[in-house]
Amino acid sequence: MTVKLTALSAVGSLVWGTLLAAMRVSPVPLLRGFGTVYVNVVRNIPLTVIILFSSLGLADIFGATMGTGDFKVQGFRLAVLGLVAYTAAFVCEAVRSGINTVPMGQAEAARAIGLSFSQTLTLVVLPQAFRAVIGPLANVLIALTKNTTVAAAIGVAEAAYLMKTMIENEAQTLLIGAIFAFGFVVLTLPTGLLLGRLGKRLAVKR
Amino acid sequence: MSSVLYDTPGPRARRRNLLLTVVFSVLFALLLWWAWQKMDEKGQFTSALWKPFTESEAWTTYLLPGLANTLKAAALAMVIALPLGAVFGIARLSDHRWVRGVSGTVVEFFRAIPVLLLMLFANEFYSRSTNVGSEDRPLYAVVTGLVLYNAAVLAEVVRAGILSLPKGQTEAAYAIGLRKGQTMSSILLPQAVTAMLPAIVSQLVVIVKDTALGGVMIGFTELLNSRGTLAANYANVIPSFIVVAVMFIVLNFILTSFASWLERRLRRSKRSTGAVLGVEKVDELNAAEVGGGFGSGASA
Repeated sequence: MTVKLTALSAVGSLVWGTLLAAMRVSPVPLLRGFGTVYVNVVRNIPLTVIILFSSLGLADIFGATMGTGDFKVQGFRLAVLGLVAYTAAFVCEAVRSGINTVPMGQAEAARAIGLSFSQTLTLVVLPQAFRAVIGPLANVLIALTKNTTVAAAIGVAEAAYLMKTMIENEAQTLLIGAIFAFGFVVLTLPTGLLLGRLGKRLAVKR
Repeated sequence: MSSVLYDTPGPRARRRNLLLTVVFSVLFALLLWWAWQKMDEKGQFTSALWKPFTESEAWTTYLLPGLANTLKAAALAMVIALPLGAVFGIARLSDHRWVRGVSGTVVEFFRAIPVLLLMLFANEFYSRSTNVGSEDRPLYAVVTGLVLYNAAVLAEVVRAGILSLPKGQTEAAYAIGLRKGQTMSSILLPQAVTAMLPAIVSQLVVIVKDTALGGVMIGFTELLNSRGTLAANYANVIPSFIVVAVMFIVLNFILTSFASWLERRLRRSKRSTGAVLGVEKVDELNAAEVGGGFGSGASA
């Protein structure tokens, strides 16, 4: 469940975060403003508040059932939504710092050959920026893996939720704690190593 | 306002930008309108739901004690985690391999585990193995979880701060005959601490946000938990969420602004020789890149 939650939220936040980053550097002032406000607001709210709000606020008041009547599936989808909204702000910041590392000459050359803003961004700047931010993005992904535990707050049966119920019913507190802790080390360790190596291999040589 | 990414807009681009602005505002307004409609339907705008926030009772019974508890847990966690972090950070730079190895393992281990698991574990541990009263237990558990995690992150901050100093500082200290301990305490640490201040303040933002975890999962009566009681009393879920979110935003925004102000100020006054560890550094460290040496540029 933790893995599924992580994977879905990762894909969602990557897309939404990149869109936000594009907004923040776009020529349209309103979009720029929206991106900035979104990132600053979301980054300063605890994830717990967002997740709880998506469950209590969105589901109960706005009636967002996420296309299912099953309470458990709904909780899962709402958790993904909350995680995407939150993580996207961090992805956006990572991508934006990546855009800043691309030398000015690249964008200037792209403009000089007559590419439009969206062409400059998608064909020249973003491909280079993404290679530069694989490291930071891996960090965001690992943080996301750890953040999925917060979904336990709305009753999604992922690692923290299971541990809470197990620890309350069984006697060996220490053992159960150690097993779950080890599980997370196993999850995050290869991600960090793998993406770190990938980042080094794909880095644009300058 | 010009950027390297696009030309100064000409007449056609300006028209297109205007069009995009209009389309975006219409879509955004539609979304807002939909939310408004839904909330109106459920009667979320009736003054009865918002009225509690204009009276002192809601503040003095629920929100302010909650805020006080949030701040108390955050302050306690910071105060305990900072010296611990400093010890582990320095231990990771030790010349003895086993000191380095042990502290490195401990730091990486606690950075890789979610704070929530640590809190749950601490809560259960206190209830079984110690006689901490059930009144105090949530606070103890929250602070323990936060301390364990943040000490590990702060250890990395301290290490990065010390490593950011030029090597000449250590060499000069050795050259005038200082011992290792003296070098650390009178040459390296004073400079590293000033460089680390912005990063430490931004870590405080993370701590404040993480206290909310304790509110939901182990019943620590902080801001978010008090919101639940408040909403149960006045039946105002959405208004209470909005008020609490705004409180968190204001609190953290003040901290973030303070951190970047500090960073700018330290960058301007070139008293120290090291680089200043900024806000972005903290985002990077909080992700526990176990064993991976990227990003921080300083693998052990």
